[in-house]
Amino acid sequence: MKVFHPHNRRHRAQGAMVVVLLVMGLLLAAFFRVQVLGSTTWTLRAESNRLRQLPLPAPRGTVYDRNGEILADNVPGYAITLLPGPPDSIRATLERMSAYMPLSPQRIDRLVGDLRRYGRELVVDPDADFTVVSALEERRVEFPDVYIEMRPRRRYLAGRAASHVLGYVAEITADELASDAFPDGRYEQGMVVGKTGIERQYESRLQGEQGLRYVEVDARGRIVGDFAGVTSDPAIPGRDMRLNLDLDLQEYIDHIFPDSMAGAVVALDPADGGILALYSAPSFDTNEFVGGIDADLYGQLLNDPQRPLYDRAVLGLYAPASTFKLAVAAIGLDLGVVTPDDVMPVQCTGSWFWGNRVWHCHNRAGHGYNNLAQAIANSCDIYFYQLGLRISLDNMMRRATDVGFSRQCGIDLPQESTGIFPADRDFYRRRFGYSPQEGEVLSLAIGQGANSQTPLKMAQFYTALARDGSAPPPTLAQGIELGEGWALNLSEEHLAALREGLRKVTAPGGTAHLAGTLEHWEVLGKTGTGQNTQSVAGTAADHAWFAAIVGPFGGPPEIVVVSLVEHGVSGSRVAAPIATKAADFYLRKVHGIPQDTIQTLGEWARTRGWPRWYTERFGGGG
Amino acid sequence: MRFFERWAVDPALVLAILVLSLFGLAVIYSAGVVYIPNPVTQNAWIRQVEWLVIALVAFTLLARVPLRWIEWVAIPSYVFSLILLAVTLVIGTGAGTAAGVKSWIRFGSFGFQPAEIAKIATILVLARLLSQRNEPLGSLRDILAPAALVAAPLGLVMLQPDLGTAMAFVGILFAMLFWAGTPVALLLLVASPVPGLILSYDTVIWSWYILAVVGFLYFYRYRLFLFESVAVVLANFAAGTIARPLWNSLKPYQQNRILVFLDPEVDPRGAGYQIIQSKVAIGSGGLFGKGFTMGTQKRFDFLPEQHTDFIFSVVGEELGFLGTALCIIAFAYVLLRLVRMAQDSPDPFAGLVLLGIFGAWLVHIFVNVGMTVGLVPITGIPLPFVSYGGTFLLMSWVAVAIAVRVAHER
Repeated sequence: MKVFHPHNRRHRAQGAMVVVLLVMGLLLAAFFRVQVLGSTTWTLRAESNRLRQLPLPAPRGTVYDRNGEILADNVPGYAITLLPGPPDSIRATLERMSAYMPLSPQRIDRLVGDLRRYGRELVVDPDADFTVVSALEERRVEFPDVYIEMRPRRRYLAGRAASHVLGYVAEITADELASDAFPDGRYEQGMVVGKTGIERQYESRLQGEQGLRYVEVDARGRIVGDFAGVTSDPAIPGRDMRLNLDLDLQEYIDHIFPDSMAGAVVALDPADGGILALYSAPSFDTNEFVGGIDADLYGQLLNDPQRPLYDRAVLGLYAPASTFKLAVAAIGLDLGVVTPDDVMPVQCTGSWFWGNRVWHCHNRAGHGYNNLAQAIANSCDIYFYQLGLRISLDNMMRRATDVGFSRQCGIDLPQESTGIFPADRDFYRRRFGYSPQEGEVLSLAIGQGANSQTPLKMAQFYTALARDGSAPPPTLAQGIELGEGWALNLSEEHLAALREGLRKVTAPGGTAHLAGTLEHWEVLGKTGTGQNTQSVAGTAADHAWFAAIVGPFGGPPEIVVVSLVEHGVSGSRVAAPIATKAADFYLRKVHGIPQDTIQTLGEWARTRGWPRWYTERFGGGG
Repeated sequence: MRFFERWAVDPALVLAILVLSLFGLAVIYSAGVVYIPNPVTQNAWIRQVEWLVIALVAFTLLARVPLRWIEWVAIPSYVFSLILLAVTLVIGTGAGTAAGVKSWIRFGSFGFQPAEIAKIATILVLARLLSQRNEPLGSLRDILAPAALVAAPLGLVMLQPDLGTAMAFVGILFAMLFWAGTPVALLLLVASPVPGLILSYDTVIWSWYILAVVGFLYFYRYRLFLFESVAVVLANFAAGTIARPLWNSLKPYQQNRILVFLDPEVDPRGAGYQIIQSKVAIGSGGLFGKGFTMGTQKRFDFLPEQHTDFIFSVVGEELGFLGTALCIIAFAYVLLRLVRMAQDSPDPFAGLVLLGIFGAWLVHIFVNVGMTVGLVPITGIPLPFVSYGGTFLLMSWVAVAIAVRVAHER
């Protein structure tokens, strides 16, 4: 048999051709199956292959003051996001990134933990500095998985003046994420949330709804661009809100508050309990907190002995001292143990012997015989000791508690201290381990003893005096449903008697005449000098209080201001000018009277001499 | 036109291959069009143009060399290529993703794969050996010598290791043995241990397979010596026995390639990734494709080795089933043309050379195209005339030159 005979060649060539046709037919069939029959499945897969979801952050709601001035808004900022990948390579990338941005080993650990837990893109820095952004952008090739996006950044225009009220925002923590306050569907790693103040209180209103954006990525996760096929799910901006706060007043208070001193100022609108100003000194700049505060600065703020982060207006508890005498008077009047005209049997000689010890009046020269209004004007301790005894310890505890001195005001802030006032004798046993003698009522009657109140609480109390004896809870936000306020249960006549006392405080001869007399407004006020542990020990001065109810002559009061200056020595000299000047500033603004730097009688007397309006009002010289 | 016919020597074959080469250039250009450009792949098509020019010059010269020269050069070139392959194992380097292998010899910026030369040399030397017989190869003993000639370069290539090229040598051997008259049944028996190797993972299936082989041997008994039948059975048993140790001796990536071939979703981010992404590209191409250069899988860099081994995925994604079918038909035409030329060649040497080239290309085309669609395990093997690669293109055109030369000797 000739192998290469043409016949054999043809025979084998046919065999080879059959093989070719079989092999190529098999390939054609395979491609037909994948490309024609399975096309839809594979097409879907090709799209999902290159699509990634990225969060589209919602701008937070703007916060306005009562006049529409902006307190907090948003400016464009940058967020640095890392696309998900194997934990080891993500860790390596983060470590390389730490050369160009502040990234502590703890932070890297936390981020890698987040990646393991949530398995999605990581917000490395929700609010990066521009220098960091440009450093990373320059090294785009080194960091292919790093994605830098524009993201609204919070800005506080009031700066340090309103820092405690507004609070600040920062990245959500793992604990917050796990808590019910931040529901899972809405909150996720890397989001910026309110931490304190209004930002925290109204977090869900201000936050808005995060949107979604679809981007196309290549095989290595590098973002190539937005995906045209699916429209992104836009973010819903947070709702704007308006506060009762008056930014100008707030800033004015920050301006006049003595620089080196600590304390608080609360200004309320007696018409509705709206908070016109809520100030705590010393303050800090909340803008420093946005996007993560520098660790050194935070340590400095935390360790500052003046405690600037502490909101004294709503958290600080102080003995209300003489400002509390009005509460004692109100209880006495309500119980009927005293009338406005009653004079206490023992006259004030500067001291009084009762219960085996000597009780002093602040005025060692004595005030003589006082009726209620005079006793308030003179802040006569001897009068109030006796009134306290008439009320009795049990009644004092029950009534003051009923009125609300051991409750919170109900302000719309995340934190508020509860006033401390003994509700019953058991309170002393629980707290101090002894049974109280009747003599405790003497301390309570002059606002000392087991009695600590916040400046906010005292402002609420004076608001009740400025109104009909009842006061709504002080509120920051406008248009919210008010909680339950409280009532003093006083007749118009009794209220008038109390106000008469307050009026005398600022009248010629009153404790706060110089600081409490204004050109355009009638001031009802009360000073207070609060003992504290340091002043009792003699290492520091007493706290200074002043409560002012101010309004146009002959009209209803329009503003209540309570000021407290820690270790301010004197209510009349230190605390009173802050309160009256703040009230004057606010009322001038509201009534369109030009502002003046010389406001109180004291200031006039020191700079311009006795003003003509004074002689017109009181006749002669003070 | 007449000029082309004179230049091409075999216009039908050369025109088809020229079209395929130009098509390859276009696809290589498209493979470089990605969203985040890579300077190497972006300019690959320019270097391929340079190589194509060199290849065409080589074709023009070689297609005019006397046949006797080609016959004469067979043995020296075979020996030379064996030496080169041995040298490659010592000084060879890898390339691209196959950086760990030793398949390239480099002189500065110039590099080539000795295995490509060895393929042609082996075809020539085998053709010389087999063309001297006048009787068909009827027994196992007859195919021992040709098998040994192929085994030498094949073994050296396996040591690199380069499984794809090794498979091409097997294709060369079987195609040429077939053309030299070896009965198909015998070829199947020789190949029988290979399926046995794979089937041995299941003892029951393997037992049935051995029974089938033995049965086949029984019906075929008059054509074989007894010892040959025994050898086939023994080889099958040996294959079944060594399957497990052989499997264990494979590198993990090689094991993975076989596992994910069976089910790519076993490891979609790892070894199965290439198969899945390639199928996604081809499948999403649909009937008409996404348009030239418009493939998203390709543009977003999901395709592995998209200008070399997986170039056909780009064809599938951008030109659709229409493109892949036309391309497969073009390759089928080239292969059929080679067979036809062999059939028409009275010279045994010419026919054998043509079938050798046929065998090599058939393996290249089937394995390369088949793996992009999951029909064949992934093997690093380029697609003739279409894949990017200078020496491969040059040597493929040298093969064309030899093919037209031997076929048209009068």
